[in-house]
Amino acid sequence: MRITPDDEIFFQYGFVKINLTIVTTWAIMAILVLGSYLITRRLSTGRKISRWQNILEIIVINIKEQLQEAGLHRAERYLSFLGTLFVFLVFSNVLTVFPAFLYEPPTSSLSTTAALAISVFFAVPFFNIMEYGFFTYLKSYIKPIFIMLPFHIISEFSRTLALAVRLFGNMMSGTMILGILLTITPLFFPDVMIAFGLLTGTVQAYIFTVLATVFIGAAAHE
Amino acid sequence: MDSITLIGVASVVTAGITMAIGSIGPAFSEARAIVSALNAIAQQPDAASTITRTLFVGLAMIESMAIYCFVVSMILIFANPFWNFVIEKVTGN
Repeated sequence: MRITPDDEIFFQYGFVKINLTIVTTWAIMAILVLGSYLITRRLSTGRKISRWQNILEIIVINIKEQLQEAGLHRAERYLSFLGTLFVFLVFSNVLTVFPAFLYEPPTSSLSTTAALAISVFFAVPFFNIMEYGFFTYLKSYIKPIFIMLPFHIISEFSRTLALAVRLFGNMMSGTMILGILLTITPLFFPDVMIAFGLLTGTVQAYIFTVLATVFIGAAAHE
Repeated sequence: MDSITLIGVASVVTAGITMAIGSIGPAFSEARAIVSALNAIAQQPDAASTITRTLFVGLAMIESMAIYCFVVSMILIFANPFWNFVIEKVTGN
C-alpha cells in the first residue's frame, strides 16, 4: 500500500517525473481557470445576471467577508492569493466524492501541501512589506522585546511545517482509512467515511485559509 | 534476534503505542471543547452559528495533534525508512 499519490509515476525522463499528484493538480487548475474564464467572459452589471456569475459572486463575496472577519481590513488586496488557495483546496478535497480509482486528492501528498505552506511562508513578508514597509515588518520580529527574536523565527518555520503536515495528515488519513475499510467492510461503511471525509476536507481547507489569513494579518499589525 | 526482526517489532509496537497515547490527549480536549460549546449554546442560542464555526475550527486544530501521531505511525508501518535501509543492506542493492 502506498501512502501518497506521488509514487504513481506515469512518465519519467531523467529526474523529471510526471506523477499522479502533478496530473490531478494540473487538471484541477485547468478546470478552475477554464471555468472562471468562461464565466467572467460575459459579466453583466444589470439586474439580470447569469446563474454562473451569481454563484461566482457568492463565492467571492463570502470569502471576502470571511477575510474581513478574520482581521484583514482591506481584504481586496489579499483576495487573489487567499481566495485562490481556498477554492483550490475545497475543490481538490471535495472531488473525493469520486471513487478512489478515478481520483485521489493532490492534497494527500506531502509535496502539494508543503508547496502551499511554503507559498504562505513567503506571502507573509510579501504582503506585510507591501502594506507597512520593510522596516515596520522587520520591527515586528523584536516585539514586544528583542529577546523574542529567536522565538519569532522558530515559530515562522514551525507553523509552516504544522500547516503542511496538518492538511496532508487529514487528507492522507481519509484515503488510507478508506483503503483499509474497503478490505474489511466493503460496501456500505466506506460510503459513510467518504461523506465524513467531505466534511473534514472542507473544514481543513477553511482552516488552512484562515490560518494563512491570521498569519498575514498578525505579523505587522498595530 | 537479527536486526530485521528487531526493526519490524520496534516499528509495529511503536506505531500502536503512538496511536494509543497520541489519541488520549486530543480525545479529552475535544470532549472538553464540545462540552463548553454546548454550554455556551444552551446559554445563548442566538450565537449558535458563531460558536459552531469556531468550534469546528478548534476541533480540527485539536484533531491535528492526533493526525500527527497517525502520520508517524503510518510512516512506521508503510514507509519505514529504517526498514528499507536494512533491506537494502541485506539484499545488497
